[in-house]
Amino acid sequence: MSHQTPNASESQPRIETPSASSVIEIQGLAKRYDSGFEALKRVDLEIQRGEIFALLGPNGAGKTTLISIICGLVNPTEGRVLIDGHDNVIDYRAARAKIGLVPQELTSDAFETVWNTVSFSRGLFGHKAKRSHIEDVLKSLSLWEKRKNKLITLSGGMKRRVLIAKALAHEPEILFLDEPTAGVDVELRRDMWEVVRKLRERGVTIILTTHYIEEAEEMADRIGVINRGEIVLVREKAALMRQLGSKQLTLQLHKPLASVPPALSHYPLSLADNGSVLVYTYDASETSETRVSISTLLNDIEATGIQFKDLQTKQSSLEEIFVDLVKER
Amino acid sequence: MNLQAVRAIYCFEMARAGRTLLQSLVSPVISTSLYFVVFGAAIGSRIQEVEGVSYGAFIVPGLIMLMLLTQSVSNASFGIFFPKFTGTIYEVLSAPISYFEIVLGYVGAAATKSAVLGLLILATATFFVDLQILHPFMMLLFLVLTALTFSLLGFIIGIWADSFEKLQLVPLLIITPLTFLGGSFYAIDMLPPVWQTVTLANPVVYLVSGFRWSFYGISDVNIIASLVMVGLFLAISLAVVSWIFRTGYRLRP
Repeated sequence: MSHQTPNASESQPRIETPSASSVIEIQGLAKRYDSGFEALKRVDLEIQRGEIFALLGPNGAGKTTLISIICGLVNPTEGRVLIDGHDNVIDYRAARAKIGLVPQELTSDAFETVWNTVSFSRGLFGHKAKRSHIEDVLKSLSLWEKRKNKLITLSGGMKRRVLIAKALAHEPEILFLDEPTAGVDVELRRDMWEVVRKLRERGVTIILTTHYIEEAEEMADRIGVINRGEIVLVREKAALMRQLGSKQLTLQLHKPLASVPPALSHYPLSLADNGSVLVYTYDASETSETRVSISTLLNDIEATGIQFKDLQTKQSSLEEIFVDLVKER
Repeated sequence: MNLQAVRAIYCFEMARAGRTLLQSLVSPVISTSLYFVVFGAAIGSRIQEVEGVSYGAFIVPGLIMLMLLTQSVSNASFGIFFPKFTGTIYEVLSAPISYFEIVLGYVGAAATKSAVLGLLILATATFFVDLQILHPFMMLLFLVLTALTFSLLGFIIGIWADSFEKLQLVPLLIITPLTFLGGSFYAIDMLPPVWQTVTLANPVVYLVSGFRWSFYGISDVNIIASLVMVGLFLAISLAVVSWIFRTGYRLRP
């Protein structure tokens, strides 16, 4: 990606990585709110040092509760969290000092300037002021020109950038991004992933939550799926994408077919709706060389004399994947 | 001890006062001056001396107390309520900072502001009346302890309140009546005998009385009783704050 934002990380040393072991260990974490709602049900999870971990789940699955407990915003009912070996309740100072959090909600101190609010974050985490670092962070997020602006004058996208800058102000080793791209324009999304990539190169561990599977696909090393307070699966992205990345091409036919014509039998085709719909299932993650192109298929269908009214393609949505995952259990 | 964090919160809060200088300093000074003009000069000249002190001078300690209480409560309650309201509190809660340090930052700033304000009103008062301060050290002690205690109370209110209405409720319905009935404008023995007894249940009486004693050496209640009351107040506020943090009340669900 050739985006021309100055680099926040080039000047900084790589974070020491004593071992390749897990940097976050979550053991039997449960949360029951006073209302009786069980947001988390004994979750166990390990986050590897230096990875980008995407936590996927529908709304209300427990993503934010999980992150909030790890970051110290919510008290767990049961279980514990170790941040680089430090219990996040008993040894909260050491644990929290390593973490930067970008919350889902756009919150800001309306009347503060960008520069002051980011500097405040650094101080809050116990660091001495360091102008050069704040400057690097602001430049990497294209906020430098806005540094003297009050937050109330910024657009939603700019406020999101400010939240990221605040989280990076104390040079965290672990960065949490809770729904970072919700309501964010393309440019910011690109900038953000650029920053995330550079942080990863420095050895920062990144955990993000999203309900866009494309996002997880683009960025993550590993993906965890959470549903109704339970981690339903954790897998390497590549493996998961092969499993979940199937796509469907649906053709509405003029005349119903009794069966798939023999000339097309080498395609994974099936009929639906009493033969009036022809469905072609394929793997979207395969490269074009290994996969039969759609146009070849359509030409072959044309050659058999089958006519169709309409066509559409559909990728299995995350919601559907959840339904499948939950059904399996 | 995360001193950087305490400093960050303290400076942030002081900067907030700086941005709203008119509201936080100028307007209390103006309204107190109005009290002096009305009660001290206009009405006061027709009121006889109270235990050898002119009425205008007599009300100075009470007026300072009045401002000290209301400003401490409103400053501190707003300081913690606002980040809770906007959601920016997430950052403080996720930072490597202890509860004590959070309180030190927020309450320290609020207490500083109202103590400065108290001194400013004192300075303003000298333009209107002749003042004497018999026990300057005790005067400062009362000033600082009261600012601290009521800033703690404000902090508690700010955490408890989940709407702007509740935020105003306690100062309006409890603090203001207690201060007005706390002997700011009169000596207790001016009251009918029954009310003289009832009024002793009002904690503000002890503060005003003690503070006035540090000026003129006259008091409604024993100075030791005043000091004990301030200490008791401080202890109760501290206990409530530590309970709030131990249970995560309204901050960490």
